[in-house]
Amino acid sequence: MIRSITQQKPEEEIDQLLNGLGRVFMIGCGTCATLTHTGGEPEVKAMKENLSGKGKLVTGEMVLPVACDNLTAEALKEHGAQIGQSDVLLIMTCAFGVQTIARQLEKMVVPALDTLFIGKETGLGRFDEICTQCGTCILGETGGICPVTSCHKGLVNGPCGGTSNGKCEIDSEKDCAWTLIYNRLKELNRLDAMRKLQKPRNHQGEPSPGKFKLSA
Amino acid sequence: MSTKTPSKLEEILTAGHLAVTSECGPPRGSDPEDITKKAEMIRNHVDAINITDNQTSVTRLCSLAACVHLKMMGIEPTLQMVVRDRNRIALQSDILGAASFDIHNILCLSGDHQQFGDCPKGQNVFDIDSMQLIQTVRLMRDEGKFLGGDEIKRPPQMFVGAAANPFADPFEIRVPRLAKKIAAGVEFIQTQCIYNLDKFELWMKLACDRGLHEKVYILAGVTPFKSAGMAKYMKNRVPGMDVPDEVVKRMSGVPKEKQAEEGINICVESIQRLKEVEGVRGFHIMAIEWEEKVPEIVERSGLYPRPDIS
Repeated sequence: MIRSITQQKPEEEIDQLLNGLGRVFMIGCGTCATLTHTGGEPEVKAMKENLSGKGKLVTGEMVLPVACDNLTAEALKEHGAQIGQSDVLLIMTCAFGVQTIARQLEKMVVPALDTLFIGKETGLGRFDEICTQCGTCILGETGGICPVTSCHKGLVNGPCGGTSNGKCEIDSEKDCAWTLIYNRLKELNRLDAMRKLQKPRNHQGEPSPGKFKLSA
Repeated sequence: MSTKTPSKLEEILTAGHLAVTSECGPPRGSDPEDITKKAEMIRNHVDAINITDNQTSVTRLCSLAACVHLKMMGIEPTLQMVVRDRNRIALQSDILGAASFDIHNILCLSGDHQQFGDCPKGQNVFDIDSMQLIQTVRLMRDEGKFLGGDEIKRPPQMFVGAAANPFADPFEIRVPRLAKKIAAGVEFIQTQCIYNLDKFELWMKLACDRGLHEKVYILAGVTPFKSAGMAKYMKNRVPGMDVPDEVVKRMSGVPKEKQAEEGINICVESIQRLKEVEGVRGFHIMAIEWEEKVPEIVERSGLYPRPDIS
């Protein structure tokens, strides 16, 4: 399942964003942020204790089942009174959740998390970005591995000169995407695919910010 | 073979001479003397001088302006261009800018990732890759067209180069990648610094077996070590660099005050051995912040005087 991968902002940044705002309502998310241990029940509880220790009044807290879902509007209503008493909402969800909530309420929102990427859990506690939704998919020519996302330079015509023991020049913990592609195509006996000169990418596939409407 | 551009480098290679190129890194400031002094030291010993483009992603005076300084001195520059920092509009624009000063050589590169440099928090571009940059310059030169298809008035006349690293892995990919660059339209290659001569010779042999040496001029890249410390650093810290243990050992085996000399010796011996390798058509001497040693290396390697072509 695709997940929105988040990490908590530095404490000082959160303190600064909440500066002068004494009454805080807190919102976590039961989906991605729970999985990444950034905005589930335990993290919301810990944040509450931390804020209380700093003299903030926490008017209430909740963990939405799926913060980015439209049902969030209904769930927020149940806490209308506590939300109404707050100066600010401290939101421990990804930015999809923050924006979904911000649209529902006439309140300032403060994100407690940074949204890193849309990724996949590829091992226990390990998350990888595997698609950047570029709008012009070339997976059919790369053995199903995306160089646009997985190569730090987004190269589409093969590796740069920095591959070292199958790892990327900038991070020895990260596989070189083109080494993976080479190995996969070799297994599939399709190395000829690497000879194809890929044209400059079409960034107009869906220019950012994306907007899409189903035709009737 | 006839030349396709007014490039002196192309003419020398086409005439069958072993070419010698070197490089100068622009300063982290705006004093033109930082470039002109370096260039002055080596101008009589090389055919063309590469100007690096914010190498290792550290912000410096731009390659194009530095190339113009060389041009004003009557020295032939090679504009290095990385695709890390500019989109296709800016790249084409800078190619035209260079062409307006009659800069006739270009080296098309991906560029080191910005994480290595002084702006690791910056955004990279990589709108096109080095392969596509080669195609872009050829399109602009040969068809007189922009990537968008429109006509260019007074198209650039540039001899098109690229880098090749025989030492990055997987090794099996490296000759096919050279072939792909040739298919994209590259005309000369400057290789990564060669310390592992056996591996380079193997790469070169595989390239020759495919006839690639007849389709592109390959200049073997060399960099003299200043010290044993530099050898160790290059071995352990520089991505895609292959420095065999025996080379590090040889550098470490001489007293500190003799290490610079030993580094030059190794460089000269490498050139002499590489001169005999089929497919090697010249040398690219990258004496990083040690330009004053280039004349000695060129002379001791029997590559001096340079052919007089005007």
